[in-house]
Amino acid sequence: MGTPKQVDARNSFCPGPLMELIAAMKMAEVGDELEILSSDKGSANDIPEWINKVGHALLESYEEAGIYHIRVRKTK
Amino acid sequence: MKKIVIVGGGTGGTILANNLARRLAPELKASEVRITLLSASDKHMYQPGLLYVAFGRMSSQDLYQDQASLLAPSIVFHVDPVKTFDMDNNRVVTESGVSHDYDYLVICTGSRSNPESVPGLAEYANHVYTVEAAEQTFKSLQQFEGGRIVIVTGVPHKCPMVPLELTFMMHDYFRDRGILDKVEFYYTYPIGRLHSLENVGKWAQGEFDQMGINYETLFNVKEIDGQKRQVHSEEGSIVDYDLLISVPPHNGMPVILENALGAGGWIPTNPATLQMEGREKVFVLGDTTNIPISKAGSTAHYEAEALGENLAALIRQGSMVRIYDGKVFCFIEAGKDRATYASFDYKNPPQPQPPTQMIHWFKLAYNKLYWNSVRGLL
Ligand SMILES: Cc1cc2nc3c(=O)[nH]c(=O)nc-3n(C[C@H](O)[C@H](O)[C@H](O)COP(=O)(O)OP(=O)(O)OC[C@H]3O[C@@H](n4cnc5c(N)ncnc54)[C@H](O)[C@@H]3O)c2cc1C
Repeated sequence: MGTPKQVDARNSFCPGPLMELIAAMKMAEVGDELEILSSDKGSANDIPEWINKVGHALLESYEEAGIYHIRVRKTK
Repeated sequence: MKKIVIVGGGTGGTILANNLARRLAPELKASEVRITLLSASDKHMYQPGLLYVAFGRMSSQDLYQDQASLLAPSIVFHVDPVKTFDMDNNRVVTESGVSHDYDYLVICTGSRSNPESVPGLAEYANHVYTVEAAEQTFKSLQQFEGGRIVIVTGVPHKCPMVPLELTFMMHDYFRDRGILDKVEFYYTYPIGRLHSLENVGKWAQGEFDQMGINYETLFNVKEIDGQKRQVHSEEGSIVDYDLLISVPPHNGMPVILENALGAGGWIPTNPATLQMEGREKVFVLGDTTNIPISKAGSTAHYEAEALGENLAALIRQGSMVRIYDGKVFCFIEAGKDRATYASFDYKNPPQPQPPTQMIHWFKLAYNKLYWNSVRGLL
């Protein structure tokens, strides 16, 4: 598996990072890894909550220079 | 002669073409520049009007004007949709086989609802994203005598306010019919609040609580079981309905997918310059971009104004002069006679105000003023 596909949702209020991730996950194949970038603090909670609720795999979540990076693998 | 080719004569393409015709009037007169608009229809539809068609407050005929009547006479307009984008040779080829070469190309072919992508959605849910669907929704609302209305929203979708507006407008519609006490509303939304804009979500929650509208968040529609009248979510919920109202997921247009310009039909686009990624002479506007911004007419409008200025500057002095700051302005109908609005950009979130009748009147006025707006008269 190569570098995860990046979804750049920085500076997005509407539709916002989680909606962008949901759209990208729909287009991804099972097993694909995606990394979402967000400048919105709320997403650091919302996105993992959604990933866990649906049952995808949360691989990593960290903040660097005000940008939240969340890595996820599509499992179904 | 410098040639600008615009593909798509909807909100973005029409505003841009007229904006350029005004800015480059001397060059057009001197035949130093040509602006060609290629579109798929000789009619222009005011899409936000579909929401009113679904409540019997506008008729479908009111939504259309002749596309040619909206364009400055200096614009060359053909109803001849593009089939092939040959960007390595700076040309597009239309369905009738005509080749148009360009110095600058702008793609604004919009988006389309795709209820077929969710099993059962096309068969069992109403929506307002085509004339037929909006008319059918009105019939379904008229025939409804009570029960549970479930609202589901697919991702991504055009016009972020529609899920809330439909709910508020249905609330007032059934109140006027005197059967509100027989109707239960169950609003679902894909993310963890009632709207993607946090402040709009908070405001809507207050309104819903007051109106007795129930809701479930983190709800992404997976399939509809029409026999049992149930919606299944990706997150594992099962919800019963008597009437199902949907905002279907959207895709970009088939021509974008067929030419492999972007996954889902969304073209990778620079959020500030609106240039297609990796293509200096190609720009993208409106719903067709992959920019994480609302797919709305107002987005297309503000983008078209920024791009008009930049394309004119590129023609005249060879460089761009401004960036698009992510400006969006959306009215929000909060019922049949109250509205508010959300105005925001890449850096500043909206601060919605309490709804008023005055803002609703502005929206009704805009439904008419739209035609002047695309002509460039506003
Ligand atoms: C029910 C509803 C309510 C809405 N409410 C609002 C609102 O309140 N506020 C708001 O801002 N927005 C609203 N919108 C959204 C708004 O209408 C769209 O976001 C806007 O029209 C997008 O503009 P566009 O130029 O990107 O695409 P469009 O306006 O959809 O235009 C696309 C054009 O491309 C043409 N085309 C397609 N394929 C080809 C091809 N192969 N070659 C050439 N041309 C082609 C089409 O014929 C069309 O002319 C609403 C939409 C709906 C459906």
